[in-house]
Amino acid sequence: MYQYTEFDRQFVRARADQYRDQLTRWQAGKLSEDEFKPLRLQNGWYVQRYAPMLRVAVPYGELSTAQVRVLAKIAREYDQPNAELFKEAQAKQDLLGPVVTGGLSIGSKLTAGYAHFTTRQNIQYNWIPLDKSADVMDLLASVDMHGIQTSGNCIRNITSDERAGIGADEIADPRPFGEILRQWSTLHPEFAFLPRKFKIAISGATEDRAATAWHDVGLHLIRNAEGELGFKVLVGGGMGRTPIIGTVIREFLPWHQVMNFIEAIIRVYNRYGRRDNIYKARIKILVKAEGQRYIDDVEAEYLQIMEHDGGPHTISQAELDRVTACFVPPSLSCDRKSADAKIANILRAAAEDDIEFGRWLKQNVASHKNPDLRSVTLSFKRLGQAPGDATADQLDKAAELADTFSAGELRVTHDQNLLLPWVACDQLPELWRAARKAGFARPNIRLLTDMIACPGGDFCSLANARSIPIAEAITERYQDMDELHDLGEIDLHISGCINSCGHHHSGHIGILGVDKDGLEWYQVSLGGSDGSSLSGDPLPGKVVGPSFTATEVPEVIEAVLETYRQQRTSGETFIATLRRVGMEPYKAAAKSARIAVVEQA
Amino acid sequence: MKLLTTHDNAEDNAAELPGTVVVANDADPMDLPLEGVKRIDLHFPKFTDGRAYSQAFLLRRRREFTGEIRATGDVLVDQLAQMERSGFDVAVLRADQPLDVAQRVLASYPGYGVGRYQGDAVQIKPHFAQAETESANP
Repeated sequence: MYQYTEFDRQFVRARADQYRDQLTRWQAGKLSEDEFKPLRLQNGWYVQRYAPMLRVAVPYGELSTAQVRVLAKIAREYDQPNAELFKEAQAKQDLLGPVVTGGLSIGSKLTAGYAHFTTRQNIQYNWIPLDKSADVMDLLASVDMHGIQTSGNCIRNITSDERAGIGADEIADPRPFGEILRQWSTLHPEFAFLPRKFKIAISGATEDRAATAWHDVGLHLIRNAEGELGFKVLVGGGMGRTPIIGTVIREFLPWHQVMNFIEAIIRVYNRYGRRDNIYKARIKILVKAEGQRYIDDVEAEYLQIMEHDGGPHTISQAELDRVTACFVPPSLSCDRKSADAKIANILRAAAEDDIEFGRWLKQNVASHKNPDLRSVTLSFKRLGQAPGDATADQLDKAAELADTFSAGELRVTHDQNLLLPWVACDQLPELWRAARKAGFARPNIRLLTDMIACPGGDFCSLANARSIPIAEAITERYQDMDELHDLGEIDLHISGCINSCGHHHSGHIGILGVDKDGLEWYQVSLGGSDGSSLSGDPLPGKVVGPSFTATEVPEVIEAVLETYRQQRTSGETFIATLRRVGMEPYKAAAKSARIAVVEQA
Repeated sequence: MKLLTTHDNAEDNAAELPGTVVVANDADPMDLPLEGVKRIDLHFPKFTDGRAYSQAFLLRRRREFTGEIRATGDVLVDQLAQMERSGFDVAVLRADQPLDVAQRVLASYPGYGVGRYQGDAVQIKPHFAQAETESANP
């Protein structure tokens, strides 16, 4: 992964010092709340329902074990509310009542001392007090980490595919470009106060595993007919109130021009994006409203950048080489013959072990660019813990596994798990045993219970409804591994509000918290796609009907899955069956799951 | 960048000064007639409205305007460095913004002490290109 130079290191330290000064002035009353807000946001500090939330940047999801250990330390020592605050928060959540469903009563169970993996590959904490925030920024800086521009109306973290650099279907490694773009966007003076946030995703493989069409700018590495490397550029994708799939603005852009071109995209947006209405301020609105005129304006600006300004941000081969040099794979190999023999031995052993190991190989282990290696996903989706949450101890254990089995490197995946990218194929049995001991080996990756859920109404002041108890209720109902594997690969995405941090629009099944009469209701949608091969062309899901109560939601999910089982042909996935038979059977099933309200006499 | 207080700026009614143009923050800087213009006042209606940064960039870099570009309106100490880097050379601080804090904060901007990653209106080459020029011309 990228190695910070002295320049990079000093920069992040200077930024931490700058933040400390801003915090101090605010605490002394010299900076108003409104003036401090964008400054703290652009260092990752939100003020949330009960406590501040910190969003730490994890560029294109890559982490070293040294970084993970510091993240564990932050969870352990700083993600701790004082007893009074915690008690007050829990009491307020208890007032919302439990989610009562299928014989279960699931209340809000607030936890502290942990980190949360987000859908943009970042890490969030929910309890660090603001008066400790500058100390935490210093601690992060000590391992080349920060919260720069993880919030605010600026260029945000650039995300990629969890298998960047290691995918068997890779065209070119997107990480060096992700890093070069990250540096260019860091403290960009002209683009610090855009109309709204700006999110970029980059994919380097044949399959788009980075949901690029759902981003403000999506970049695909491709080769043209002459074999030259370049980018297909999409602009104006996004979720929220108006889900829109990105428009192709350039079929082929030579790789070395990517920064100059994005500069043009963002300059036109900065000048013409709406600032009168925050719900209409994203670039997707401008692109939709202006259409070809927007594209023409960008091309005209790009031409000026190249011809008049001289293309100042043309990536030189030297710079690409410098950054690429950091992304050299570790030299690992595997004795494939002994690997096969070892695996066969386990599969011959006790029947239970056999099936579970077999399932783990199938769901949690993926093929690799280097045939001697595999990538292994550690599952952070289990009963009793919110999806994507990791305690301090769990983070330390994950670091240990990465040191032993993955050359000291991990990735945060866009669906809220951790991935080990450099596992030798003859180490799989050992890794499986160690992961199982640590609680990370549930073979549910890409299955129903590998769901995405935002923190929701338990933590987030923007939420309309809680998402964690809903996730828990569904997870509880689908614990049986046979059933889960029979249902197969399903993307279930849960958002607590229309801000869509849980990506409900791109889920095969999407659940969205809505506010009706001050109570928690949920809209269920079906058929969304993030653009991956399984899911097909990117597309927002369609709502099945009017919203449901929390109690009804797990019943609706059950009815929808039962419909799938009835309708499917042999071997057909959930999403394929849905596309084939259409919404009607599912709508009818969902309707039948509504609980009739008994009229009181 | 020269910092002015609102008091300094009050003496001067920009609209009446010959060679000075006052530009709304949604005006197109590419259309602005520049002949005989010595000073352009750009405006921040709210400090969170970043359109004037692009206006300044286009005037300074694209139109090669060499006169004064002045920041007016909701000008706060924590955005001065972004303004300077985008091509402003004078900023009129909002009335409640202390001059001494402004000077200190501007001087301690990370991009000035350590250096800056990307090129801007003032220093066109990004960090990586500067390093290459230096190694090419030791």
